[in-house]
Amino acid sequence: MTTITATRAEVCVVACAEAFRGDGEILAAGIGGAITVLAARLARLTFEPDLITHDGTCLLTGDVPPLGGTPEVVEGWLPFRDHLWLVLNGRRHVMLGASQIDRYGNSNISCIGDWARPRSQLLGVRGAPGNTVCDPTSYWIPRHSPRVFVPRVDMVSGVGHDRAAEAGPSAYRHHDLRRVVTDLAVLDFDSPDHSMRLASVHPGVTVAEVVDRTGFPLAVPDTVPQTRMPTAEELRILREVLDPGSLREREVPDPGPSTPGAPGPDAGRRSGRETPA
Amino acid sequence: MTGKVMTVEEVVGSLRSGMTVGIGGWGSRRKPMALVRAICRSPLDDLTIVSYGGADVGLLCAHGKVRRVIAPFVTLDSIPLEPHFRIARQSAAVDFTEYDEGMFMFGLLAAAHRLPFLPTRAGLGSDVTRVNPGLRTVRSPYPDGEELIAVPALTMDVALVHLNRADHRGNAQYLGPDPYFDDLYAKAAERCYVSCERLVDTADLLKEGPVQSLLISRSMVTGVVETPGGAHFSSCEPDYDRDETFQRAYVAAASDPEAWKAFRERYLSGDEAAYQEAVRLSRESA
Repeated sequence: MTTITATRAEVCVVACAEAFRGDGEILAAGIGGAITVLAARLARLTFEPDLITHDGTCLLTGDVPPLGGTPEVVEGWLPFRDHLWLVLNGRRHVMLGASQIDRYGNSNISCIGDWARPRSQLLGVRGAPGNTVCDPTSYWIPRHSPRVFVPRVDMVSGVGHDRAAEAGPSAYRHHDLRRVVTDLAVLDFDSPDHSMRLASVHPGVTVAEVVDRTGFPLAVPDTVPQTRMPTAEELRILREVLDPGSLREREVPDPGPSTPGAPGPDAGRRSGRETPA
Repeated sequence: MTGKVMTVEEVVGSLRSGMTVGIGGWGSRRKPMALVRAICRSPLDDLTIVSYGGADVGLLCAHGKVRRVIAPFVTLDSIPLEPHFRIARQSAAVDFTEYDEGMFMFGLLAAAHRLPFLPTRAGLGSDVTRVNPGLRTVRSPYPDGEELIAVPALTMDVALVHLNRADHRGNAQYLGPDPYFDDLYAKAAERCYVSCERLVDTADLLKEGPVQSLLISRSMVTGVVETPGGAHFSSCEPDYDRDETFQRAYVAAASDPEAWKAFRERYLSGDEAAYQEAVRLSRESA
């Protein structure tokens, strides 16, 4: 057996791709940047061939172009109005970003500080409120730190488990938070009170490191598996087909040589529900 | 029937301070910037701006024209954060009605259909309800009994949109990949003004695009203006892409009052023709 060596960015792409496992014929929507877009395309080219992916604007691509490339085949049209409709319809799994996220998965992309006069105005809530109560939602956090993983977010943009439950059946009927992938670990909400749980640590990362860089108490199982390593075929597709320019490495710089252990048994499949609601 | 063709000054001259103005496009895409720049030069103020926001919102805030922004975001797309909107928010210079993107679309749809509101799940459980204490929920009268957010109609006095082509009657056509929501703005507003890259004869409208590209009917349009480059520096595909170099310069200038003063002096001190000429010169010297 040959030893597989993958960078941290590649482990992250595959961990994000795993979020789409079992999704079938729905839109895999990454919020942009290299990792989430690569994840959706990699999933489609490997274990989730029916996924629908787009070009970052309004074209649904019949082929799977490399990052930054133009599709040669177009299979559909999704202008913003239809994208907003699709959010409400739910046949879509989105991987959002977050400037802050709390232990129940409430997220913030709107502003930091007091909303009435924020210390830092960010994007605004964008589509996060509707996305999180209508669609399967995962998160990609490229820098796992206590500044992001906070006890309370300043402006709830994406809705977490506690807030969905408080808001009633119309809010939780389609609420479906799947997983949070970071540069260090995969987290899910598979704990008794749906608070965030450490599902796996990436090769070279310790449980203590993740706990230390999370600003709230994390549910930590007795044994924490390792995030699975990419397969040789996944690495070939990433390196030669989807991202020959290695944009993924800019989004997640490699921490340097580490000793990746053996891939944890079913590490990826243990985090999060895998079938659409 | 040539009465609808106007100048940017005539359009802006028909507006009043305190009005609610909807602005089409999305982020830094197909924004009616020539009309926005003309508002910046005008004495108008106290405006409520309804927008999937970009530099339209930023520029108007920077010129002190805005009392309230109604938006789900303000972004320049390739540059995520709009610097002048940030300054305005962080100094509490403007009020903000912050909606989810889907809520916002339902507000446009409600206004376009002359409905008081439309119900949606989007917004439930989020702090959108906390920061908009006037938002109400509505219970379904059917057996499901769902309780949903009642998004109030985003009615507006005036809508401003920029399209690729229009005729002198106000029929307007988009040639890019996305119509955005410009037809909804036109239908949601009391009056709609269309600026376009090029005025063409009605008989020529279908020479460049299919019938489906005729987005806005003249019955929705009060006035039409030909403003080549009128969406600059936002994109107006396929006529031109976003001017990323200029957008970066805009953002860089916003970080420092002196630099911003110089930027305004260089680009925004004259009329639209002077603006386009200054942009042309900056490209030549680049």
